[in-house]
Amino acid sequence: MSNQIIQGILLGGYYALIACGLSFMFSVMRIINLAHGSLAVFSAYALWWLASRYHVSPFVGLLIVLPLMAAIGWALQRFLLERSARGGALLPILTTFGLAIVIDNLLFEQFGADTRSLAPYIGSLSYDSWEWPGSIYVGKLAVMMFATAIVLLGGLQLFLTHTRLGRSIRATSEDPDTAGLVGVDARRANAIAAAIAMVTVGLAGAFLGMRATFDPYAGAPQLLFAFEAAVIGGAGSLWGTLIGGIVLALAQTLGAQVHPQGFLIGGHAVFLVVLFVRLSASGLGLRDLLRLGKTS
Amino acid sequence: MSLLSVENLVVRHGLLQAVRGVSFTIERGETLALVGANGAGKTTLLRAIAGAHQPAAGRLLLDGANLTSVPSHRRVGMGIALVPEGRKLFVQMTVEENLLLGRTAGRPGDWSVDKVLDMFPNLKPRRHARTGHLSGGEQQATAIGRALMSNPELLLLDEVSLGLSPLIVDRVYAALQGLIASGTTIILVEQDLNRALAVSDRVICMLEGRVALEGSSKAISREEVTKAYFGLHRKSSGSVPA
Repeated sequence: MSNQIIQGILLGGYYALIACGLSFMFSVMRIINLAHGSLAVFSAYALWWLASRYHVSPFVGLLIVLPLMAAIGWALQRFLLERSARGGALLPILTTFGLAIVIDNLLFEQFGADTRSLAPYIGSLSYDSWEWPGSIYVGKLAVMMFATAIVLLGGLQLFLTHTRLGRSIRATSEDPDTAGLVGVDARRANAIAAAIAMVTVGLAGAFLGMRATFDPYAGAPQLLFAFEAAVIGGAGSLWGTLIGGIVLALAQTLGAQVHPQGFLIGGHAVFLVVLFVRLSASGLGLRDLLRLGKTS
Repeated sequence: MSLLSVENLVVRHGLLQAVRGVSFTIERGETLALVGANGAGKTTLLRAIAGAHQPAAGRLLLDGANLTSVPSHRRVGMGIALVPEGRKLFVQMTVEENLLLGRTAGRPGDWSVDKVLDMFPNLKPRRHARTGHLSGGEQQATAIGRALMSNPELLLLDEVSLGLSPLIVDRVYAALQGLIASGTTIILVEQDLNRALAVSDRVICMLEGRVALEGSSKAISREEVTKAYFGLHRKSSGSVPA
């Protein structure tokens, strides 16, 4: 059991990484980016392409892919999300849904349906592990992912609280109109926040490719895991995202011990319980939800 | 040259014309009080000067430079700072963080967090408290301090006494007197006529989006302003100081 708990906690680091960008974009721009998973897969493909074609190690490839992802995030916000947000809260969701379909199919057209992995390009890191007392094996890649999540979330926290740009982003997320009146360029702050979110997506995509296989349509399950971790941890809270990722991963690994299909079911069950508890705490009951479902 | 010239400004909220062809100027170091009943267009006019509302017609000139279509964040860098009605603080952020935000696009100058805390000593022990947990007076002091942190040439104050106890209002106005004495140019929206007339050099009374009365605060009587307030007095040239 202790082995499963440790594996679950370490897997939570990956979920925190992939949920971080989703949560960040939601908290700053109030946009639920349904293309989040597809963009992570795009990043994984970009690293795979560099590794397979030009023999660039995925870790070195990140030096190219992360700035590219930042540029994509900036452009996405400036030319797509900002314009669609003027049409109401629903339009950005539909826009990012459409974007996900476009990315998935472009990847399919370019790379075909074969599954790929970055594991062959990172030596033995994908399967190396340390043996702890009690026959507990801890994967080196899993530890690296968890440590990256901690450093990333901690770095983001420091950036948001201790830098002028970070304060501008927080002010914009709280009240963009008033932010403008105190001298903050809200458009610029949002574009930079989107760029940062895409850098975290790029990192998550890299680890996705290192720890598992991926194909052009692998984005949807990644989006689902990110969404569940963000909701469990409280969307908008950076450290909550880490806790959400760990809770989700623990539910999955413990669920897998109960039943072979329990990996996904365990995670979904915990997500639904937390969702209903949060909605109940906010004054929305099951009846209200059903009524909302009928009216929408 | 006037610091600010407002020329035939028209501001709409959808179909409603909130400001209807308003014109006036303000000189450096002058304090102008905007008074009028609720819905007269005072706040809309102030927010249009700050860049929160885009005028439908007319021009705004700051030191002769046209800023009519300049976005609000760039106006802060040009020397205009607004203390909005209702304070509009960032409640998830601390007093210090709110003050530091005022520096984001501000001009170089003397104002610092410590100087603001010296001006409002009641904020000192609350420096690291979230502004959502402050009293109304402390919030108002933070809002004024945040605007000052941009080292403004023109300070726009919208209903700074609203919702505050008389004691706290006295403290806020004592701080404003210090700013006025230091030569800061101020446009003040105030419901309290006595205070508005006492602190300002000039007063403009607005009615239904138009200037109903304008003149020197020393030369205009409270009765004249009250008449204009209720639409019983039409526009007067008054005696405008140079």
